[in-house]
Amino acid sequence: MNKYLLSAADLTRDQAIEILDIAEGMADVNDREIKKLPTLRGKTVVNLFFEDSTRTRISFELAAKRLSADVINFSAKGSSVSKGESLKDTAQTLEAMGADAVVIRHSASGAANVLAHSGWINGAIVNAGDGTHEHPTQALLDAFTMRKRIHGDNSKGKALDGLKVAIVGDILHSRVARSNLLLLNTLGAEVHFVAPPTLLPSDASNFKAKLHYSLDETLLTEKPDVVMMLRVQAERMNASYFPSEREYARIWGFNADRLKALKPSAFLMHPGPMNRGLEIDAVSADSPQSTVLEQVANGVSVRMAVLYSLLSGERATDV
Amino acid sequence: MSSRTVLSSDDIDRAVTRIAHEILEANTALQKSGTHNLVILGIPTRGVLLAERIAKVIARNEPDTDLSQLLGRLDITMYRDDLASKPTRAVTETQIPSQGIDDKVVVLVDDVLFSGRTIRAALDALNDFGRPRAVKLAVLVDRGHRELPIRADFVGKNLPTSREERIRVQLTESDSENSVVIES
Repeated sequence: MNKYLLSAADLTRDQAIEILDIAEGMADVNDREIKKLPTLRGKTVVNLFFEDSTRTRISFELAAKRLSADVINFSAKGSSVSKGESLKDTAQTLEAMGADAVVIRHSASGAANVLAHSGWINGAIVNAGDGTHEHPTQALLDAFTMRKRIHGDNSKGKALDGLKVAIVGDILHSRVARSNLLLLNTLGAEVHFVAPPTLLPSDASNFKAKLHYSLDETLLTEKPDVVMMLRVQAERMNASYFPSEREYARIWGFNADRLKALKPSAFLMHPGPMNRGLEIDAVSADSPQSTVLEQVANGVSVRMAVLYSLLSGERATDV
Repeated sequence: MSSRTVLSSDDIDRAVTRIAHEILEANTALQKSGTHNLVILGIPTRGVLLAERIAKVIARNEPDTDLSQLLGRLDITMYRDDLASKPTRAVTETQIPSQGIDDKVVVLVDDVLFSGRTIRAALDALNDFGRPRAVKLAVLVDRGHRELPIRADFVGKNLPTSREERIRVQLTESDSENSVVIES
């Protein structure tokens, strides 16, 4: 990782573990009375959000502020983008104002790549979700959450070897699933994709994951350590991918019965925002096995670690 | 490259014991007895090991000492002033005793005192944890060449060096032997 974090595949195993370890240190800061470090004083971080977001934007904003960076929030609504300004002009405007890092979310897959390789911006670039492509910091915070649940305070230096993770639901539209697949493979975990065929890409054979077409069967036969439910992305659905919401909830939704089918040590993740009653019901979302709020809290620590790694000095050539 | 051993294992032990006693003596001047107002914070990596050794000597001499409230570690990575120009450094854990540092006498421990910039960062970091009654500094080796108005209160050995020389402190907890070596 040099100046860019565009894909979870950019990270080697050692780099990923290093970021997670730095995040452990950042988590300690978030428990202190004075939750602020002077590390990025004088740096400017721009949150460039072309797509709606609550968690990710607030999380990045908080992360940058806890490291003493100045934060500018840019959302497409209420900016010149609604007057028709292009990504290029927007980017060059930010560059002219001296942004040290740009955190970009865009509905077009590859937007962060374009920004990184166009030469419009000299600063660091973090992909905070591009279309249905990738969302690497989400994968990092998910890995951090898994590590913390399993190893507790002894997480430092550890990977996720042998962990069995079932990712369930709208794989087709999910950048979270793609980034998680890449990072989990890097960290040695075993990934299972569980989805109706309509919500898998037409050719899913490129994925280094085992495919399953029944949630109940997977829970029974594979006994996963982690179940990650994906949000049904209604805003990206331009055709009917399943007959009705009620049917989807019944066959693919996580509920109290399926919670009982989990082994006692297993836990349930969801990247948020949750469609309660669709892919996850209230009982399981609010159960002790659910890590939803831990994921949000860990998101701040992980993004602090990412910003710190990208913005503090030139990294020694990776060994 | 030539190297010369300036402190042997025994020398280091003696220096640690002497520093521990000096800390106690200075503390008694402030406080009638006991160590409950004292906090020893090691600066990673080898400062932490030295702080452990010093705290053990203190605990041996003051039997009422609660080691968990006496000893801690302070990671200063995020407070450095050279973050922009040096490669990214890993962050390690900070442990402050549960009673905090408010109104305590904090003794920072590091292996080598050189430019003073590490200690400057440590003072900044301390600021974020509370307001100590006083902050003191203990180092195994003071090699001079200060770039900031900082001095040590407890020194194992004053070692005049040239800027080009390198001081290597080795402690058995992390290295193969106990020694302080000058390399030039």
